[in-house]
Formats: sequence, C-alpha cells, structure tokens
Amino acid sequence: MKLIMAVIKPFKLEAVRTALMDLGVEGMTVSEVKGFGRQKGQTEIYRGAEYNVEFVPKVRLEIVVDDGRAERVVEAVRDAAQTGKIGDGKIFVMDVGQAVRIRTGETGDEAL
Amino acid sequence: MSGIINRCGGAALALAMIFIAFPASAQEVSGANTAWILTSTALVLFMTLPGLALFYGGLVQAKNVLSVLMHCFAIACLASVLWLVCVYSLAFDEGSGLVGGLGKMMLSGVSFDTVSGDIPESVFFMFQMTFAIITPALIVGAYVERIKFSAVLLISALWLIVVYAPVCHWVWGGGFLADMGVMDFAGGLVVHATAGTSALVIVKVLGARPGYPSQLHPPHSPGMTMIGASMLWVGWFGFNAGSALAADGSAGMAMAVTHISAATASLVWVFIEWKKFGKPSLVGVVTGMVAGLATITPASGFVGPIGGLCIGLLGGFVCYGAVVLVKEKFKFDDSLDVFAVHGVGGILGTLAAAVFVTTELGGAGLADGMTVMSQLKVQALGVAATVVWSAVATLVIVYIAKAVCGLRCDDDEMDEGLDLSYHGERDYNF
Repeated sequence: MKLIMAVIKPFKLEAVRTALMDLGVEGMTVSEVKGFGRQKGQTEIYRGAEYNVEFVPKVRLEIVVDDGRAERVVEAVRDAAQTGKIGDGKIFVMDVGQAVRIRTGETGDEAL
Repeated sequence: MSGIINRCGGAALALAMIFIAFPASAQEVSGANTAWILTSTALVLFMTLPGLALFYGGLVQAKNVLSVLMHCFAIACLASVLWLVCVYSLAFDEGSGLVGGLGKMMLSGVSFDTVSGDIPESVFFMFQMTFAIITPALIVGAYVERIKFSAVLLISALWLIVVYAPVCHWVWGGGFLADMGVMDFAGGLVVHATAGTSALVIVKVLGARPGYPSQLHPPHSPGMTMIGASMLWVGWFGFNAGSALAADGSAGMAMAVTHISAATASLVWVFIEWKKFGKPSLVGVVTGMVAGLATITPASGFVGPIGGLCIGLLGGFVCYGAVVLVKEKFKFDDSLDVFAVHGVGGILGTLAAAVFVTTELGGAGLADGMTVMSQLKVQALGVAATVVWSAVATLVIVYIAKAVCGLRCDDDEMDEGLDLSYHGERDYNF
C-alpha cells in the first residue's frame, strides 16, 4: 500500500477530488496547511507598513491506495492540480506498513 | 359606555393634579432633548462596547485578541465606577479654573428631578460618562500585545482622575479654557488630544512589541476591524450630534458634518493607498474614516457642510502623513496609531475649527469680538495646555505603575500570547 501525500493550491482541491473519484479512489483526508517552496512568501501591506508573510495557504491531501494504483493516482493528482504557475505544490509517495478499517477490523488492501 | 367616560374623566383629573402639585422645575426638562441624549449615551457606549474593542481586536494577532477585548471591557467598567465615585465631580462640579470640586462625589445632591440645563442631570452624568469610558479605551491601541493587565487598570484609573477630569473641567466644566473661549464641541482636546499624547508617552516607557519594526505580524482579522469601525461611525453620531445636548438643528448639522468628514477622509485614504501601493485596503479605508471622525470632532458643532468636507480632506491627508512619520521616521511603536490618528486628528480639528466656523465658510460664526486669528490663538493655547498636561501627568502615572505592578509582559508570556498568559482563555478553539 502506498500513502500519496500531495500539497496543492487550495482552489485545485475540487478538481483533484473529481479526478480521484473518476479513478475509483474511495476516500481521502484533507487538511488546511501553510507552506512555501521556491515560491517563497508574499508581501502584505497594512496602514503603510509592509509585512512579509512567509507562508502561503495550501491544502494537503492524503490518500492510501494499493500498490497497483499508486502510479495512476499520482498522475491524476498532478494533472488536476497543475496550473503551470509557481506554487503548484508537490506529491510524495510513501510505503504504508498497515491499514485497518476501524468499524470492521479489516486489514491490508481490504481496509482501503 | 359611562364606565369609560368615568375612567377618562378620572385620568384627566389626575393629570391636571400632577401639573398643579409638582414644582416648576419638573417642567423645565425638555422631553425631546432628554430623549436624544439618552439615545446618544447608548450610541457612545456602543462605540466602546463593542465598536472600539472589535476595531482594535481585529488589528492584533489572534493570540492576543481577547486581551484587547478585555482591556476595553474592563476599562469601561472601571471608568464607570470611578466616574460615579469622583471623576464626574472633579470634571463638572464647580471648583477652580483648574479642577472641579468634590461636591458631586457619588452623585450627592443629584436626585431624580435634578436638572442640568434642560435635561436631567442623571442623563448628563451618563452621557459624559461614556466619553470618560472611551477616552482611556482609545489609549489601549498604543500598548497592545505587550502590557500587563494590572498596569492597564492602574494606569487607566489614575489617568482618569489626573488627566481626563482636569482637562474635561478646563474645556467643558467651566474651567480656564472655557473662560478663554476655546472651541471643542465634542472632544478634540478632551478625548483625542489627551488620549493621543498619553499614548506616545506610555509607549516611550513601555517599549515596542518584540520584533518591531522588522518583524511585524499582520492584523489577524481585518474583517473584525471593519465591523468595529462601522459601529464607531454610527456611534459617533451620538458622540458629536449628542454633544449639542439638544435635539435640534445644531445636532442635525453636527451629524451631517461628522458623516461627511468620515466619508471624505475614507476616500482620501483609498486614494493614497491606491496611488502608493496599487491596492486600497480595508484596514486603510476604515483608518481614514477614524481620522476623519477624530478631526471633525472638535469642530462638529461649529462648521457647515463645506467645512465638514474640507476637514475630512485635511484629516485624511494629514493623519496619513502622521502615521508614516511616527512609524517609519521616528520608528515609534504606537501600535495602532493612536497618536497619529486620534492625537493629530483632534489637534488639527481643534485648530481648523477657528477657520471653518466663519460664516463665510458656512460655519456658525465666530464668537463676539473674535477674529480667526484671535480664535486660532485661543485654540492653540488649548492644544498646548492639553498636550503638555497630558504628557507630564501620564509620564508620572506610567512610572508609578512601573514601580507598583510592572508594565511589560515577559517574553514567554508574549510568545504564548496574552490571552492565555493573562486571561487563561483562547479565542479560537479549533
């Protein structure tokens, strides 16, 4: 099983969700985060004073899928989340040691 | 049918007896004026609770928002009790040219029927109380995010007695500035100049926020600030138009010029920010509004609509310049620009009143025997007396507070946030 963690632009969440649903992915976890990469931050101005805001709002998705689908999921997320402009985000793929469905106790691929 | 007529007849007789039995003083009260000043009292209290609280609250970091709300609320309560105990008397009782007497401590001698002019004295007492509440609350903006709560209470209490009461007496309580003919309709000197000057003094001793000026934190909720600002605008009608102490044309005109000044100064800030940064901000437009309101305050009962417009323009531009001067040139952390907006605005409006009061400029007309120059001199003297006394007295008060309870929070307390450190609460429990 693979954990696919993607940090994307917040307004791209809906497009990514739709793309994953089309692929048959049955669940995901989403959190609101802040971050920066090479995009760096931005400058905001209040009453003539400049504030350097280092962190930009992003959304983090976490999806766990069986090994067979991981590559297609990564591609789908990348296609849907892309704008071509700086700050599009990143996708990380990690190995998952175990998965358990809390309600039934199913484990492994059956829990996904 | 006959039963109804009997009852009406009985009521008419009772009414007639009331008019015969009660002494003439009860009839000197103007119902219309009383109703308006009762309303104005509510409006001005609304300016502090929650107008000013929200205005300032939105401008600080989320971890300190409750401390700001607390400062405003606690000062409102403290000022109310002190007003009753002695400050009203020191401001408005007959005394010397410098301060009132103690004859009205605990409102002694004032009963249900006592009048002040043609409104009940209880109403006058309450209306003026709301001014005494908001003035120390204005100063909160200067020392946010780094002051101890105990210091806030001690400084505010001493300040009301030693700074607010005398200056109020000088201008409105029959003191020496009133004798000189100083024009301050609703508090350019008594409220804004005192608060603004004292803010600077406190900041000098307290020190800046950690990370100032290079590492600033943006307002956590400009939306909250706008909501508070809107309440200030509406409430200011009570502040200025209520200061007419009558429901009449002078109140109406005061409301009109107040409103026009607010709107004009707001647009001035939009214009400046648009030109300077390409983006007019919400925080900017509401700050412009406050500048316009503070500047018109001393002049509101004396000028006409054109005066309101001009004063709005002046207040908008001059206060913007003052913000830049204090923050960028002098690098002074008057955090929410109390001096630049209220202090400078109040002083500017006090001086401008001498010019725009003239009938040529649509005003109510200079006092008998005065010229623009002579009135301007009187206004300037009023400004000087107010600023000097505010500065000196506040300096002493701040050092007393420093010795008694300390002024500044620890670094740890500021890191954690004043809400948790001083009030054991978090505003946003996500």
